[in-house]
Amino acid sequence: MAAEPRPAPGPADAAEPEILTGSGAILRSLEKLGITDVFGLPGGAIMPFYDELMSDKGIRHILVRHEQGAGHAAEGYASASGRPGVAIATSGPGATNLVTAIADAHMDSVPLIAITGQVFSTVMGTDAFQEVDIVGITMPITKHSFLVRRPEDIPATMAAAYHIATTGRPGPVLVDVTKDAQQNSAPFIWPPKVDLPGYRPVTKAHGKQIHAAAQLLVESKKPVFYVGGGVVRSRASAELKELVELTGAPVVTTLMARGAFPDSHDQHLGMPGMHGAVTAVLGLQESDLIISLGARFDDRVTGKVSDFAPHAKVVHVDIDPAEISKIRTADVPIVGDAREVIVDLIDAFKKAAEKQTPDYSDWWSRLELLRTQYPLGYTPTDDGLLSPQWVIERIGELTGPEGVYAAGVGQHQMWAAQFIKYERPNSWLNSGGAGTMGYAVPAAMGAKVAQPDRVVWAIDGDGCFQMTNQELATCTINNIPIKVAIINNSSLGMVRQWQTLFYDGRHSFTDLQAGEQQAFIPDFVKMGEAYGALSIRVTKPEEVDDAIKLALETNDRPVVIDFIVSRDAMVWPMVPQGATNSAIQYARNHAPQWEEE
Amino acid sequence: MSHVLSLLVEDKPGLLTRVAGLFARRGFNIESLAVGRTEIEGLSRITVVVDVEEGPLEQVTKQLNKLVNVIKIVELDPAQSVQREHLLIKVRVDNVTRSQILEAVTLFRARVVDVATDSLVIEVTGDSGKVQAFLRVLEPYGIREIAQSGLLAIGRGSKSISDRVFKS
Repeated sequence: MAAEPRPAPGPADAAEPEILTGSGAILRSLEKLGITDVFGLPGGAIMPFYDELMSDKGIRHILVRHEQGAGHAAEGYASASGRPGVAIATSGPGATNLVTAIADAHMDSVPLIAITGQVFSTVMGTDAFQEVDIVGITMPITKHSFLVRRPEDIPATMAAAYHIATTGRPGPVLVDVTKDAQQNSAPFIWPPKVDLPGYRPVTKAHGKQIHAAAQLLVESKKPVFYVGGGVVRSRASAELKELVELTGAPVVTTLMARGAFPDSHDQHLGMPGMHGAVTAVLGLQESDLIISLGARFDDRVTGKVSDFAPHAKVVHVDIDPAEISKIRTADVPIVGDAREVIVDLIDAFKKAAEKQTPDYSDWWSRLELLRTQYPLGYTPTDDGLLSPQWVIERIGELTGPEGVYAAGVGQHQMWAAQFIKYERPNSWLNSGGAGTMGYAVPAAMGAKVAQPDRVVWAIDGDGCFQMTNQELATCTINNIPIKVAIINNSSLGMVRQWQTLFYDGRHSFTDLQAGEQQAFIPDFVKMGEAYGALSIRVTKPEEVDDAIKLALETNDRPVVIDFIVSRDAMVWPMVPQGATNSAIQYARNHAPQWEEE
Repeated sequence: MSHVLSLLVEDKPGLLTRVAGLFARRGFNIESLAVGRTEIEGLSRITVVVDVEEGPLEQVTKQLNKLVNVIKIVELDPAQSVQREHLLIKVRVDNVTRSQILEAVTLFRARVVDVATDSLVIEVTGDSGKVQAFLRVLEPYGIREIAQSGLLAIGRGSKSISDRVFKS
């Protein structure tokens, strides 16, 4: 994992540690930790580091146009590859611009290392120029944070940051380094002594609990595997497939887990939640056993918690003990790494099934009926504009499962989760917990840096795109040819949908005038061209496939396609916020038949 | 219901902010807080009294355990632990009331630690029942000022919160 140390200049005495500046120590630590790519933007308090970075050969630095872009790029890098992402910013506003991305990484358990410059330790606390207490600001949204004032503390701090960010439940770690700590020198000692007596993530679960879970599984008549993002983070997809096929039980994958289990698999019911597939939502709701693997019973999945899956026992597997019984009390709590637990569950199930053969045939009859009656779908538009669902579906079909798809937040995100077929983990990147508009473009950029051989799409909305599109400049200049599909409905579509449904159609400040019959402000085609991207507008169905193919063939620069779609298209199915999942509507005013017990 | 939590923590900058912030963020009120060193260098102990039900208490304990600098948390049951508060009370006196107050001081096994012509500073230690009773007795004389420590608590018997901390 760690790169070999470079030959030390000066005396040949190997026992004598090399003297490095703090900046040099940050760089050397990153290299030792196996970091090859970082995203950042310099400023006053991080200049000593950037000065040394300039001549460094081991690390590729990508200069972003806004620090938030660096943060989301690092997230996309991490989410696509499983390796930690690194974002670098200066003090003050540079650091605060990272805050949204750090919060995002915290909600979605993304291994992110944020390195910020801090003013000289001698002036800290005096309201010095570009001073903010970024450690204080980010305390609630980091897994941990460090303030480093001395160069000798850097190697151990960097190693600890990496360890905390990448182990247990992954998350963001901030390392704030004063300018004097970057400038001053100290011996570079590696590996450093990392002492974290209060940090001991449990990965191996209790055997008794595993057997209890297996026993419930063979006894149950209507089980469901409720698969969350933890399965992606722990790289447990192969093991999950084995367990699922062994048991014959159905699977749902949450918004964070799309791709953790193949969409093409017969046992996959789809995505649960507010905009989940009817079969997945009602499958959970009617189940008698939920085996939750790395999921956290988010309100967007459970609907009204007191009415969620009222007859189900719950086996809750999570590496974070605090998630277990946080929302729904677990009958069998299992603290452990998803992959290790699944491996143990496979063995335990085999043993339990020797004594009692589970029978889920009635359950499958019910689920098959739901699946036939309520497949995911959409109605064609009646205003002559493109159907956004269809555009997104075609992008998925023409690109295929080896692509990476990063979405913004809103309607287009839900459609991309619903209508692109995911077959492998880490192919779907989105801001699930925080719901950060503007995630797509920089996250796609980060993913493309991590996986240059893959096709990487940003499926974005016209609202989201206007929040972070400046990173197209970064993409063009650094030869990061991402493809951006703007699903342009000229409005803040999801908010508009809620206004249509729940606010008497009063569309308060959701019209962006970015497309449709309006002003094209801004003109995304001209904008994309200004950034050096191949940019086209698509308004007719017959142009859609050609445009996507052109994008797929273009790899010498980024591509921006402005798909002008109907603003009246809505995301269905839908469970209204705060309502029970049983109140799911398949389409507007169309509720499925619901089997009450 | 009030619960007494004892936290063994690494003595790091910002630690108290992390702990206090977590309580505030998750919507719990801290009734009392005491922080001090322990017998092990580099480790501090935080005693927190918090008013929550069992369910939320379990959640807040798990969240506290996730703080990297928090090493161990135990809940101290009043029956299985010694719990003490420490108060300094400045009370108004005159020639008539002085002897009455001194009598109360003796009864409550408190101590006078500062004497002026028109005031006394009294030090008292005890569980919160005793301390509250003492304050009620002094109240009619005119309490000028109170400085109160957070609750301190330690488990009864030979077991220590720092047992097994640095093994494994």
